[in-house]
Order: sequence, then structure tokens, then C-alpha cells
Amino acid sequence: MKREIPIIITFVTGILMIIDFFVPHPPFGGLSSLFEIFFTIIFSFATILGILALSKINIEKIYRKRETYGYNIVLLVGLVTMIFCGLVWGIGEKSPFDFLYMNFMMPMQSTMFSLLAFFVASASYRAFRARTPEATLLLIAAFFVMLGRVPLGYQMTKWVPEVFPSWLHFLQLPIIANWIMDFPNTAGQRAIMIGAALGIASTSLRLVLGIESAHIGKE
Amino acid sequence: MSLIEKLKNIDRRIIFLIIGLSVIIPLIVPLNLPISVSPPVQATYDYVESIPEGSTILMAFDYDPGTMPELYPMSIAFMRHCFRKNHKIIAVSIWPFGAPLARDAFNQVGEGEYGKVYGIDFVNLGFVPGDVVAIKALARSFREISPKDVDNKPIESFPIMQGIDNFDNIDFVFELSAGFPGIPEWVMIVYGRHKKPMASGCTAVSYPQYSPYYQSGQLKGLLGGLKAAAEYEVLIGMPEKAVSGMDAQSIAHAVIVFFVIVGNVFYFIDSRKRKKI
Amino acid sequence: MTGSVDITQFFGVWVSAILTLCIFSFLYKDNPLYKFAEHLFVGISAGYWFCFYFHNHIKPKLFGSLAKIPEDAYYIVYIIPLGLGIMMLLRLVPKLSWMSRWPISFIVGTFAGLNLINYLQSNVLDQIKPTISPVTGFNVDSISNLILAIGVLTGIIYFFFSAEHKGTIGIAAKIGIWFLMVAFGASFGYTVMARISLLIGRMQFLIFDWILYSKNLLSF
Repeated sequence: MKREIPIIITFVTGILMIIDFFVPHPPFGGLSSLFEIFFTIIFSFATILGILALSKINIEKIYRKRETYGYNIVLLVGLVTMIFCGLVWGIGEKSPFDFLYMNFMMPMQSTMFSLLAFFVASASYRAFRARTPEATLLLIAAFFVMLGRVPLGYQMTKWVPEVFPSWLHFLQLPIIANWIMDFPNTAGQRAIMIGAALGIASTSLRLVLGIESAHIGKE
Repeated sequence: MSLIEKLKNIDRRIIFLIIGLSVIIPLIVPLNLPISVSPPVQATYDYVESIPEGSTILMAFDYDPGTMPELYPMSIAFMRHCFRKNHKIIAVSIWPFGAPLARDAFNQVGEGEYGKVYGIDFVNLGFVPGDVVAIKALARSFREISPKDVDNKPIESFPIMQGIDNFDNIDFVFELSAGFPGIPEWVMIVYGRHKKPMASGCTAVSYPQYSPYYQSGQLKGLLGGLKAAAEYEVLIGMPEKAVSGMDAQSIAHAVIVFFVIVGNVFYFIDSRKRKKI
Repeated sequence: MTGSVDITQFFGVWVSAILTLCIFSFLYKDNPLYKFAEHLFVGISAGYWFCFYFHNHIKPKLFGSLAKIPEDAYYIVYIIPLGLGIMMLLRLVPKLSWMSRWPISFIVGTFAGLNLINYLQSNVLDQIKPTISPVTGFNVDSISNLILAIGVLTGIIYFFFSAEHKGTIGIAAKIGIWFLMVAFGASFGYTVMARISLLIGRMQFLIFDWILYSKNLLSF
């Protein structure tokens, strides 16, 4: 029964959500609302599980005095400090928890992401090559979008309406960039979207019907 | 080693330095390049202008500090526009970090600039976990899934929430999205199930994949990245942080285009040499 | 010029700036300062998530509902998410980790049931209608609409791997790849824009919110 009950749970919850779409009235609507609240609670526990697992791994490294275990101590100190501040003084405005969030977490997170700008630049110089016609098309589209979507692109071609006849006014970088986004890009992205959605729908159906049970794991 | 070989194998820290300078210098010495407004941003602005004064707008802050540089200026510009039109704003977040960012935006714009009153003109319902399940639950009933605001006060006590039970009582939804859960999930419920008008702001990296939602009419407008935030600031006549970043954005883009061109020139020179051999 | 100094704000700005520079130091090379900041970030983020989920959901929704049982027996149903939540945490105990399958199945079933219909509605049906737009004559709008329709169709054909990409299907798939390449090129362009925007945000903080702020403060 270790596998059968989870499969039944998946089926019951999945079918209820599907029926709720077509019949939102009682009892399905009420049950669906209740399950949605249960979902948010269980989801919270899943996050706490992740945090406990993180703590377990780091405590083990410190206990075994693994190489660079000093950094694991730093991680745990940060974790415990944040949890202590949040549980003791709450998470409201101007609390110690809020101070740690605004002055430690926020800047570090933003900076982590901004590092990527440098690596994109390095990759542009070293890796992006027009080896094939398709790659060339990709790079040409990227050029038009990168220049057309910034003020510099507008400045570079704003003289076009003054020099060329009206049927050539589209030769302005922002107009070309907008057209690329609205039509060829939308076509490609829509094809990906439809393909992915059909895949999601089929996988969801397989999960609900119990054909797919990877989430339950092995026996 | 020839000059071309040296340039081809240049230390990547030199590239990092060039990019760093291409961003820092325009911030210190602005070029004040003019900004043109793109159709999806104009459409968002026009829609907010067209809805009756005093309408109720649901603003979803689904982003985190990592994407603040792009989405926070967008949220400020949009909020300013709404408060100027005396629209009421209900804030909610499906991302845990979004709730404090909503609070900061309200503190700056709502109370600070327009003298709006919490509970009457705006309210922050805080974080609601559960991704699309949470959005669906909100659409059905605010009180059931989010009975208290971000400061743990019952939402019943706020005048703004009187008569606002679910999405049927909302006039417009504006969602700021940094990833999953985000625009597709909101579109599924807001437009797909309730046929409510909505627009979104997203990071530039996701804009191309969400543009089909705008083209199909599921979104009334779509703002993508810092440039769109700058365009919105221009439209409301209050250029600020986003506009000030545009010069740096332009120069950095030009530098990257230059890098790609130079990299490919070296590649083609190499290919021709190899073919000759 | 006199003014009171908000010590908390001053300290906060300097801590933010130092941690920012610690992380930027990675650009020179991996070093202890970066590793320190990285591990501190992971620890603080995890602590943040814990507190937020606890204060916003477990405490009000679960414990708050269970506390109402003496008044209204209906709330006894909240034993179910409590039980499933505890079973989720038992994943950490190797002998009892099989119990976590129940709450995971609940989450997966709920998500799958929701996504099945909603994704078909918003990402398939609602996308097909605007793809088939009018072609009224030889004008820009009509040609663009035709390009859009051809692009979507050939793009979908490219992803159909049940038939070999030969003959007509092969030509259609080839055209589909071109549209996909344009889409990827646009994605690359916007990715560059996004990363540069984040860098601009950090530089604005360092220049205006740290250096100039400190300079003004220290010049009192």
C-alpha cells in the first residue's frame, strides 16, 4: 500500500481540481477551496523540509570538520540569526528581521544576479559565433532587438523619416525591433508555448491517472 | 603572438572592466538620450487612463530583490499613475519577497507623495503561498485565502475591502512578474477563467516568451524590463531611476554588440586561415 | 549644515555596500570574501523563507484554525494538513521517509489537475485564435499576419518528431527553425538587457546611495 495510497491521493486531488473547473458549485467548489488551503499549508511544510535538509547537510560538514567547514558555520550562523530574529521579534517593519532582510539579503541577491551581466559580455566576445545560417539569423535578430530597444537605437535612426520617403520609414531600429517582437518572435515563442502546453497537459493527465508515478519514487 | 591572437585570448577581466566602465561612466556623466515609447507600454498606459476614476486595481508583486532594479521602478511608475487617477490599489504577492517590496512602494508613493491613506486608498494583503492554487483561491475569495493583511489585521476592518470579495469586484489586474509563478499562471486564472482585463510587467529576460499573451489580447499591455519602466516614467511625466539608467543601458548594449562583431571577425579571419592551410 | 545621522541607516548602507563589493570581488577571482558572502546569503535566505512561511501560513492558517476546534468542530479537518505536513518532514528520517509520499502526492495531484485544464485553455486554445488573423490584401498588416500564422504552424511542425523531417514536413520544419532562431535571438537580446539592468541597479546603489550619501554625511 506504500505506492497505492499515494497514487489514489494524486488521482482524487487531480480529478477534483479538473471537475472544479467545469462544476464550481458544491460540493466540488467547497472541497476544492478547502484543498487549496491545505495545499498552501503543506507547501509551507515542504519549504521547511528544504531548510531542515540544508541545516542537516551543513551540520554534518561541521561535525566531520570537512575542508572549508568555516563557511558552513557562517551559513548556519546566518540561518539561526534570521530565524531567531523572525520568531522572537516578528517580521514587521523596522524589526531586526527586516533590517537583516533589507541590508544583508536584498543587496547580496541583487548583486548575485548582476554578476551575470559580466559573464554575458565575456560570452558575447568569446562564444557567440555565426557558424551557420541559423546562428547568423539568431545574431541578426539579437542585434536589432539589443539596439532597437534602447534610446541609442532611436537616436541612430531618427533621421530616417526626414531623408527617406514614407514607405521606407520602417527603417528605424525601434520600429524593426517592435516588428520582430510582434511577429516572428511571437510566432516562434507561440510554437514553443503550444508544444510545451500540450506536453504539460499530457504529463498532468498521466500523473492524475497514475500512469506516471515518478514523484512517488522507487519501492 | 600577433595582435589578433592577443586580442582573441584577452583576459576576461579586461572585458569585465570595459563593461563595468560602460555602465558607470554614463551614470556619472548622463547623455540624456531621448526615449521612444513602445506600443505595449503605451497600451498599458492608455488602458489605465481609460478606466473610470476610483476603480479598484489588484497589483501583484511577484518578484524579489534580485529583480528589483527592473521591476521596482515599474511598480513605482504604475502606482503613481493609479494614484493620480485616484484608483484604489489592493496589493498581493505570490512570491514571499514581494510583500515587503509592495510595502516599500506604498510607503514611498502612496503615503509619501499622494497622501493616500492605508486601508482607504490602498491595502497590502501580503504573501499568499501556493502558486496557481493561491491565485485561484484569491479569485474565488480574498477573505478565505488571505483574511489578514501583511500586518496581521483583519481585512474586514479596511474600507477599501468593503464589497471586494473576489476577482469579480476588481476592475483591473496588474502583475509584476520575475518568473514562476507569474504571468502564465495569472493569465490562466484572471483572463482564462474570469475574463478580467489585466496587464503585466516582467523582467526583460522573460519578455519575448510572454509577448504572445499581449499579441493574443490576453494581456492589455506588457512592460518588459528597465526600458519599459523608463517609458512608463516618460508617459506619466516623472522621469526617475529607470530613465537615468537608460544611457548606461544604451552604451552597454553597444559595447556588447561591438564584442559580438569583433569576436565574429576574429572567427572568420581564423576560418579563412584554416581553409588556406 | 547640521542634521541628525540615522545610525541604523548609515550602518545598513555600509553593510550593503561591503557585501556587494565582496560578491563583485568574484570577478577578479574566487576568494574567501566572496565565499563568506555567498554562504552568509544562503543562510540568511533560508532563514527568511522559514520565518515568512511560518508567520504567514503555518501560524494563522494551521494553528489558528486548529485553535478554533473547541468553538467549531468543522476545523477538525485541519488535522489533515497538520498530519500531511508532519509526514512531509519525516522525509529526513530514512526509515520513515516513505511517509512523505502522501503529502507529495497531494501537492502533485493538485498541481496536475489545475495545470491540465488551465494550460490547455490559456496556452493552446487562447493562442490559436489570434494566430489566424485576417489577410485582406497586399499590405504590411496582412503580410505580417501571414508571417505569424506560417511561423506558428511551421514551428509546431518542427516539434512534431513522430514523423521524419523529410519532404514537405522537412521543408516546413526548416522554416520553423528559422522562426525559432529569430525567437531565440530576441530572447538573447532581452537577456542581455535584463542582466545589464541589474548591473545598473547595483551601480546606482554604489554610486548614489553609498558613496555620495556617505560623502554628504561626512561633510557635515
